[in-house]
Amino acid sequence: MKRTLLFTFLLVFLVSCSSSGQGTADSAPQTYIENKGSDTIVNLALAWAEQYQLENPNIRLSVTGGGSGTGIAALVNGTVDIANASRQIKQKEIDLANEQGIEPMEHIIAGDAIAVIVNPTNPVRELTLEQISKIYSGAYTNWREVGGDDRPIVRLSRETNSGTHVYFLETVVRLGDKESKTLFSTNTLLLPSSEGIISEVRQNPNAIGYDGLGYVPEDLNMIAIAPEASDEYILPSVDSVNNGTYAIARDLYMYTNGEPTGEVAIYLEWIMSAEAQEIVKELGFVPIN
Amino acid sequence: MQKDLNWREFLITRLIKFSGYSAVIFVGMIFFFLLKEGLPTLTEVPLGDLFATRWYPIESYYGILPLISGSILVTVGAGIIAVPFGIGVAIYLAEIAPRWLRNTLKPLVELLGGLPSVVLGFLGILILSPTLRVTLNLPTGLTALSGALLLGGIAIPTVVSISEDALDAVPKSYRDAALALGATRWQTIWRVTLPAARSGVLTAVMLGVGRSIGETMTVMMVTGNAPVLATGLADLFSPVRTMTATIAAEMGEVANASTHYHVLFFIGLVLFLISLVVNVTASAVVFRQKKRAEWVLS
Repeated sequence: MKRTLLFTFLLVFLVSCSSSGQGTADSAPQTYIENKGSDTIVNLALAWAEQYQLENPNIRLSVTGGGSGTGIAALVNGTVDIANASRQIKQKEIDLANEQGIEPMEHIIAGDAIAVIVNPTNPVRELTLEQISKIYSGAYTNWREVGGDDRPIVRLSRETNSGTHVYFLETVVRLGDKESKTLFSTNTLLLPSSEGIISEVRQNPNAIGYDGLGYVPEDLNMIAIAPEASDEYILPSVDSVNNGTYAIARDLYMYTNGEPTGEVAIYLEWIMSAEAQEIVKELGFVPIN
Repeated sequence: MQKDLNWREFLITRLIKFSGYSAVIFVGMIFFFLLKEGLPTLTEVPLGDLFATRWYPIESYYGILPLISGSILVTVGAGIIAVPFGIGVAIYLAEIAPRWLRNTLKPLVELLGGLPSVVLGFLGILILSPTLRVTLNLPTGLTALSGALLLGGIAIPTVVSISEDALDAVPKSYRDAALALGATRWQTIWRVTLPAARSGVLTAVMLGVGRSIGETMTVMMVTGNAPVLATGLADLFSPVRTMTATIAAEMGEVANASTHYHVLFFIGLVLFLISLVVNVTASAVVFRQKKRAEWVLS
C-alpha cells in the first residue's frame, strides 16, 4: 500500500515536472520549506518530508544534512526555514543569530539514544559510563583492561562538527561534569560519517565506536551500559530510553526563526502528531510523549 | 580594410595578453583573500598556541603542528611511491615499449588519473585499509600509509604522463649519438635521455607532489583524521589528520568570522605557502640547470 502510494507520488511528481517543463503552470501554489542540519536527524526528516508531501502536494520540502552546526549556521545566515540539531543551540550561536536579527526558537521533535558499538568478535558486552570515558580519554588502551582480549583499543568518533560528537563528549567522556576539561584522546579517529564508523567497526575487532541507535545495523554488537558499576547494565532500546534507564539518551531539536508561521507552523504541528511520531519509532528513534 | 585588420589584431593581442596575465592575477587574488581571512588568526591566537600539538577547535585548541606534519608525512609517503614508479613507467613507455603498446598504455594511465578521488577513497575504506590492517597486524588500517598509497596512485598518472612527454621530446639524435659511442641502452637512458629531459621530469614530479598535498577527499576517508603529531616515517603506520581534510571537514560548520574560521583560512595560507615554496624551488633548480647547460655549450 505504502509502496503504491510512493510510486503514485513519484509519477505525479514526474508528470508535474514534465508539464511545468512545457511551461504550463501547476494549478496548486507551491510552498518550499528548506530543512537542513544534523546528520542524525536527516533520515527521519526525509521520511517525514516524504509522508508530508504525499498528504500535502502543494508543499515542497528540501532536506539536507551536514551536521547540527551546519544547520544552525544556515539558520543564522537565513538560508533555511528549519534547522535540525541533535544538540541544544549554544549561547554563542544564539548571540551570533541575534546579531543577524534572528531569534532561534526550539522545538523538541523526537528522542535519540547513542549506542556504543563494537565488533561482534569482541567479547566485551557491558561497560560502565566511567569505563567508556576512560577508553575515550586514553586512560585505557587495551581491551584487557575492561575484561576483553589482549588487543589495542581503536577509538572511533564522529567529526567535531557533529552534534553527536559534542553530546558524547559532554555526557560520556566528561560524565556530565560541566567543569571537566577531559578531552578525547588525540589518537581518536575522527570519521566524517556514520557510515565510516559502522564500516570500520564491522571489519575491525579492535574498534569501539558510537552512533545513533537508529543507525546501528543488526550485525554489530551494542554495549549494555550502567551509570555506575553497582547499577544494572542496560541495552539501548526504545523502551529503555523512554523509561529513562538507558544512560546516553537525548532530545532531538528543530529550530526556527522566531515563532513559526504559515506552512512551517503547520508542518511542525504535524511532526508532533501521532502519525509522524509513528515514523520516528519505525526509524529506531524514540517518539516524544 | 587595413584599419579594420589593425583593430582586430589589437583586440586579439590584448585578449591573449590578458589570458597570459590572468593566471597571475587569479593567484594574486586568491593569495590576498587568504591573507585577509587568515591573518586575523595571528591577533586572535598566540603564536605559542598556534604552533602547539593539540588540535581540538571546539574547545579552542588551535595547535596546527599535527596537521602540518600529517600533510607532509602523507605527501612524502606518496612521493616515495609515485616518483620512482611514475618515472619508471614513463621510461618504459617512452624508451622501451614498442610504439603500439605505448599508444595503448598511455591513454589507460591517463584514464587512471581521471578516476574521481572519492571512488578511490571508497576502495581505500573497503579494501585497502582492512587488508593493510590484517597483513601488517596494525590496530587499524585507517593510517597515513593507506593515504600515501592512494595518493601515490593519484599522483602516478600525472608523473607518468608529463615525464613521458618530456622523454619523448628528447631528439632522436641524442640517443643515436650515445649508441654510436658504444653506450648500452640502459646507459643511454640513464646518462643521456633522462638528464636531457630533466626539467620536464622535474615538472612532472612537482605537479604530482602538488596533486598529493592538495588532495582532500581520499585522505579524509582513509587516514583516520586523528590529529596526532607525526615525528618520523614510522608514523606512517598510525592515523594522521591532514590540513586539507581539516579544512574540508570543519569549514561547513564554522560561524563566519569566528576564530576557528580564521584559523582554517590560516591553514589554507600555510598550504598555499608550502606549494609555493615547492614550486619556486623546483623552477629555481630547473632554471639553474639551464644556465649551466648554456654555459657548457658556449
